[in-house]
Amino acid sequence: MSLTIIKPGLSDTIQDTGRFGQAHLGINAGGAMDPYAAGVANMLAGNNQCEAVLEIHFPGPQILFEQNALISITGGDFTPMLNDEPLPLWRPVVVRKNTVLHFNKLQDGARCYLAIHGGFCVKPWLGSYSTNLKAGAGGHQGRRLEKGDELTFRENTVYFAGLLKEGRELQVLNWRVNIRRVYEDPHEICFTPGNEFKELCPNSQEALLENNFIIHPYSDRMGYRLKGAVLKRKEENEMVSSGVNFGTMQLLPDGQLIILMADHQTTGGYPRIGHVITAHLPKLAQLRPGDNIQFRCVDQQTAEDLLYSQQQELVILQRACHDHLNELVC
Amino acid sequence: MAAWFSDHAFEGLKNIIPAYSSLTVIYDPFLVKTLYQPDSTVYDWVKQLLQTAFEHSDDISNRAVKRHQVPVCYEGIYAPDLGSMAASLKLPEEEIIRIHASTLYRVFMIGFLPGFAYLGTVDAQIAFPRKPQPAPVMAGSVGIAGKQTGIYPLNSPGGWNIIGRIPMKMFDPNAKEPVWMNPGDEVQFCPVSVREFEMQQ
Repeated sequence: MSLTIIKPGLSDTIQDTGRFGQAHLGINAGGAMDPYAAGVANMLAGNNQCEAVLEIHFPGPQILFEQNALISITGGDFTPMLNDEPLPLWRPVVVRKNTVLHFNKLQDGARCYLAIHGGFCVKPWLGSYSTNLKAGAGGHQGRRLEKGDELTFRENTVYFAGLLKEGRELQVLNWRVNIRRVYEDPHEICFTPGNEFKELCPNSQEALLENNFIIHPYSDRMGYRLKGAVLKRKEENEMVSSGVNFGTMQLLPDGQLIILMADHQTTGGYPRIGHVITAHLPKLAQLRPGDNIQFRCVDQQTAEDLLYSQQQELVILQRACHDHLNELVC
Repeated sequence: MAAWFSDHAFEGLKNIIPAYSSLTVIYDPFLVKTLYQPDSTVYDWVKQLLQTAFEHSDDISNRAVKRHQVPVCYEGIYAPDLGSMAASLKLPEEEIIRIHASTLYRVFMIGFLPGFAYLGTVDAQIAFPRKPQPAPVMAGSVGIAGKQTGIYPLNSPGGWNIIGRIPMKMFDPNAKEPVWMNPGDEVQFCPVSVREFEMQQ
């Protein structure tokens, strides 16, 4: 009832929807960079959205399934293969014991998620399974996965074996998700103005909306550094630190922007030009260094409406996945 | 205000971050909208709560404040930047220590790293700018940056000038309470010798 890492990837960590209620102690929420993909992976595998998943970056790991399992891979397309057979993304898939999952080629996106039916057997830390690398806590021993690590499944998934046809290593189950709306216009990132947006010079406000910004190679789970038009404030006064969030766009002293991502610090002292809307964090998380961003400014109402419809669809999807799976095993 | 929010938590409240002159409330707009169905945007709904919290903050502010006595070794390898600070400020090292340990500090904010407490206000005589380049800092180090003083919870690069070290952990992921200091607490530093420091470690 487990899987084993034969060869680790660039950065494979256990994540979930995040660790909340600790930010006032300097402990950030963390969690999946693309919470939508992580949530859908769980649903397809028959879990609730909050279960622990494996977040994978390219080059990906090689994973040996020691047991038949119902899995799902979502998010970036790294051409997942089970032994020699391509494994489709965004689908529930039953995989046979003693097969190896590996990732061939980076096609699209920046990170993908592997969910297992029943979830991984990891101990929560402060109410979350997410790995906090800085604290060395949460997830699997507070660190990235290494060669030989064994992740146990919480549930015995042996009963899916009956769905595997003889001589086949995998069986794709017949339901799917329509994710087009969430990731369409991948480079258009909407934000709501931050407290210091109005402090920008008028021509810098225009420059922010009219120019493309490129994601700098020095970008990771903590933040995306951008390269683009130099933005200036009317007055260069120092600020006192305040709380920040996943998606906060800060202006660095050199006039460039940084967007805080899942592993951001809890507080920051740079001007807050804007906040990427929560509904656009999934597509932002799938952009890579070298990719372009075009910013668009929206109001609160628009931001909330977009998130609401995205989340509503997830509620429906959760129910549908649950029903499909029940029909299958009953 | 943070205390008011703790007492009046709503579904979908994810984090409350008090800082020097602000309070940041992080919430789940979908949950709030689904459960409370506000007429306005969820943002305005939360903003209204902040207003209420502000109006009631006086009722709670006289709540007992926790005061921590924190031993600090201001000597030798534990105080790598004390010498250069003394030379720069033209003050004897003993005087810097005396001034640093004679102020009762307030925890204004915890941020940057898990358990990194920003304390103030440092006496103007020993206020000191950050280093131009961050240097490696050991966990437990007590530093000064401008009029702030603080304690590094983990080994980390840092730009603060280090004048001492505490023997206990600021952050222990395995403890029941991984961080034992809270925003709003008070801190009194007490100088201890290398011997006492090592015994308490």
